[in-house]
Amino acid sequence: MALDSKIPKGPLADKWTNHKNTIDLVNPANKRLLDVIVVGTGLAGGSAAATLAELGYNVKAFCFQDSPRRAHSIAAQGGINAAKNYQGDGDSTYRLFYDTVKGGDYRSREANVHRLAEVSTNIIDQCVAQGVPFARDYGGLLDNRSFGGVLVSRTFYAKGQTGQQLLLGAYSAMNRQIGRGKIKMYNRHEMLDVVVVDGKARGIIARNLVTGEIERHSAHAVVLGSGGYGNVFYLSTNAMGSNVTAAWKAHKRGAYFANPCYTQIHPTCIPVSGDHQSKLTLMSESLRNDGRIWVPKNLEDAKAIQNRELKPTDLAEDKRDYFLERRYPAFGNLVPRDVASRAAKERCDAGFGVNKTGEAVFLDFAAAIIRYGKEKAHVKGLNEEDEALIQTLGKEIVKSKYGNLFQMYEKIVDENPYETPMMIYPAVHYTMGGIWVDYNLQTTIPGLYAIGEANFSEHGANRLGASALMQGLADGYFVLPYTIGNYLSKDIRTGPISTDSVEFEEAEAKVKSEIDHFINNKGTKPVDYFHKRLGKIMWNKCGMARNETELKEAIEEISALRDEFYKDVRVPGAANEFNEELAKAGRVADFLELGELFAKDALVREESAGGHFREEYQTAEGEAQRRKEFQFVSAWEYKGAPKDAELHKEELVYENIEVKERSYK
Amino acid sequence: MNLTLQIWRQENAKAKGKIVEYPIQDISPDMSFLEMLDILNRQLITNGDTPVAFDHDCREGICGSCSLYINGEAHGPDRRVTTCQLHMRKFKDGDTIFIEPFRADAFPVIKDLVVDRSAFDRIQHAGGFISVNTSGNTQDGNSIPISKHDADEAMDAATCIGCGACVASCKNSSAMLFVGAKVSQYALLPQGQIEATDRVQNMVAQMDLEGFGNCTNTGACEVECPKGISLETIARMNRELIKASVKS
Repeated sequence: MALDSKIPKGPLADKWTNHKNTIDLVNPANKRLLDVIVVGTGLAGGSAAATLAELGYNVKAFCFQDSPRRAHSIAAQGGINAAKNYQGDGDSTYRLFYDTVKGGDYRSREANVHRLAEVSTNIIDQCVAQGVPFARDYGGLLDNRSFGGVLVSRTFYAKGQTGQQLLLGAYSAMNRQIGRGKIKMYNRHEMLDVVVVDGKARGIIARNLVTGEIERHSAHAVVLGSGGYGNVFYLSTNAMGSNVTAAWKAHKRGAYFANPCYTQIHPTCIPVSGDHQSKLTLMSESLRNDGRIWVPKNLEDAKAIQNRELKPTDLAEDKRDYFLERRYPAFGNLVPRDVASRAAKERCDAGFGVNKTGEAVFLDFAAAIIRYGKEKAHVKGLNEEDEALIQTLGKEIVKSKYGNLFQMYEKIVDENPYETPMMIYPAVHYTMGGIWVDYNLQTTIPGLYAIGEANFSEHGANRLGASALMQGLADGYFVLPYTIGNYLSKDIRTGPISTDSVEFEEAEAKVKSEIDHFINNKGTKPVDYFHKRLGKIMWNKCGMARNETELKEAIEEISALRDEFYKDVRVPGAANEFNEELAKAGRVADFLELGELFAKDALVREESAGGHFREEYQTAEGEAQRRKEFQFVSAWEYKGAPKDAELHKEELVYENIEVKERSYK
Repeated sequence: MNLTLQIWRQENAKAKGKIVEYPIQDISPDMSFLEMLDILNRQLITNGDTPVAFDHDCREGICGSCSLYINGEAHGPDRRVTTCQLHMRKFKDGDTIFIEPFRADAFPVIKDLVVDRSAFDRIQHAGGFISVNTSGNTQDGNSIPISKHDADEAMDAATCIGCGACVASCKNSSAMLFVGAKVSQYALLPQGQIEATDRVQNMVAQMDLEGFGNCTNTGACEVECPKGISLETIARMNRELIKASVKS
């Protein structure tokens, strides 16, 4: 099947408006006859479910958590971008568009990104109207801060809990519709297959995680807002339950999977403390507004710090290497995430790491504390030379900005970041790849849509900070509800979809047989044993730096691990009960397939772009080297084993932006 | 560290539960409490036993999934943290740790330490929202200035993660802190004032219907709340309720 991205004709800035004006609508009375399933209730799924229900469609929403409010969007900290230009610093729709395409290393679609930038301002207005308590300045107006890879302040935030507040906003909009009966909510349900009838997505098979019952649910269209697949690495900043299952099952039913190797490794996470570690914790990128990243200049100092013989606060200024400021003077500590992560890895690989394993760099607030302290002393007319006073005042300001993050750090690491620099190291955080969608967010299965992190689209090969929240809500509030209407307008006479068909029967039988396999397997090792091993392969061979030899090894190793998993996994308990190990087994089974495709995608992409860094393709200074012949989206079609997947290419055309070397120097 | 765990085991909602003892060895002080339970579960699975079921997801203290009543305290002995952020360095070698589910009539046990907190969702369905449809035409976000003080206070209330520690800590199993937090968030903002009367009345009515108890001002909820939601939110909710009763 040839890929058709269905990008509307016309000038870039008019495409979305013209498209909205020309697509078919469904009249309000007919919307009542149409059912839509939404899987996942994070920012994308939650906002889509609420908006579709407001429009009048009958929505069935599914989440594996015990409440939609717990979806992992809740953990996003720093903020959400919007081209409001409230700061008057030269921001515009075009600049947000430009920054996002450049930030994504010229591997995203111009038309999609421009639409995202256009609706970004609507998101802020909508969320304010819902009662989202964004930070405000003393004049009562909305406050902004700056994020990596941009030269303006366009990030709106609610302390360090922006994702939480935006998700609770979407959740409240859902609650209103659940109360009205327009959304039927299925908590603690996991989607285990999508049902395709006559070439169209017509429903899902879901497992009730409390009773274990396998259920059939039908609809006229299915929307996947099921998030990213960072947990293929076992250790990531994702929630424990975040998984690829819904997306992967869709892939196996015919939805192409795009750019699986594009993974975001976030520079500022709390380093791994030991083998018992179950997940990693992010420290918001907003900290790089005020924190300076450094390692010792000399190896002997680094060794002394690693062995705890030297305190970082005792190391003189001229013996420190602020390597981001040194390498990237224009953007300094606020370079994009992929650049910052690689630079940290480079220093640590060279032996300059600062914790006992040598896999950490410092994020230091000492300079910011003094700067803020002096500013405050000046404003209050106090003695600017009084060092103790400056420290007290400065710490107060830093606390008001980042208090919850500092507290989180202290609880986990047991060190006080007001007194000694934080230690951070990159960790898997977000996946830019995902299900391939066209401009309408429809997958290659008609009637199946993918939104938010679950799709591949807007971020190219690297996502800028504070853009995930923007994309999730743009898709759910302002894009999908329009584009899906065009598809559903052809279904107004279809009537309810029956679940009594061979297709539903076949899908249900398949799900049940996999579950039975796990329950009856009686192997010797728990699910986590295999998940951890998969994670190690992924991190070591498909992580921040990749090469041909290791990627080929990874493909073989993952495939072998998958065989071992099916033979030797032990899942306790029964199918018809609350059984978390069973749910985990299904998720890890899918990660074991996705991981292989991931490695294959990375192997085929013989260039470096954004989060995908191939050691063979780098400039003399060690920067990522893009190659013109790889200016395409890799969309993979399922053909049995993941390594047999067939590649389809969607060429990326840049008509409005000059494709340049991405420089932050 | 070597510890003795006393854990509530209950097969399902209808079964009778009991405390079961599990010794556990070689626990690192750097582990989180849930990572310690992961290790126990791995051992149980390897020995052919049923692992202990507990709710958890983000493991960074924000999703509100994790619960657990640890040695008689919701989220354990540390303050301002959820169970997933509680670290084993808060315990001593040789300690006995009692682990129970959050208990309340409105939070029935599903299995072991997992409880059903959907009553919280239903309270929100009754009024925990501002009635505004999605459109590209709501007014500009800066058209109504909101004093920084009010916005910050609304944010402090909105920071509730809906974990239910307040209910579990309250001798009356009252959900007033949870409902008060939501009512306060909206009461402090200009948006949605038009439906303030209905909101507080509907949410409180649903709260009563779900079987939560009343508030007798013991303040246990505030102490145990991992997000530091203030008792003032309850006072504000009561004010809103009185205002509403006068109006309607």
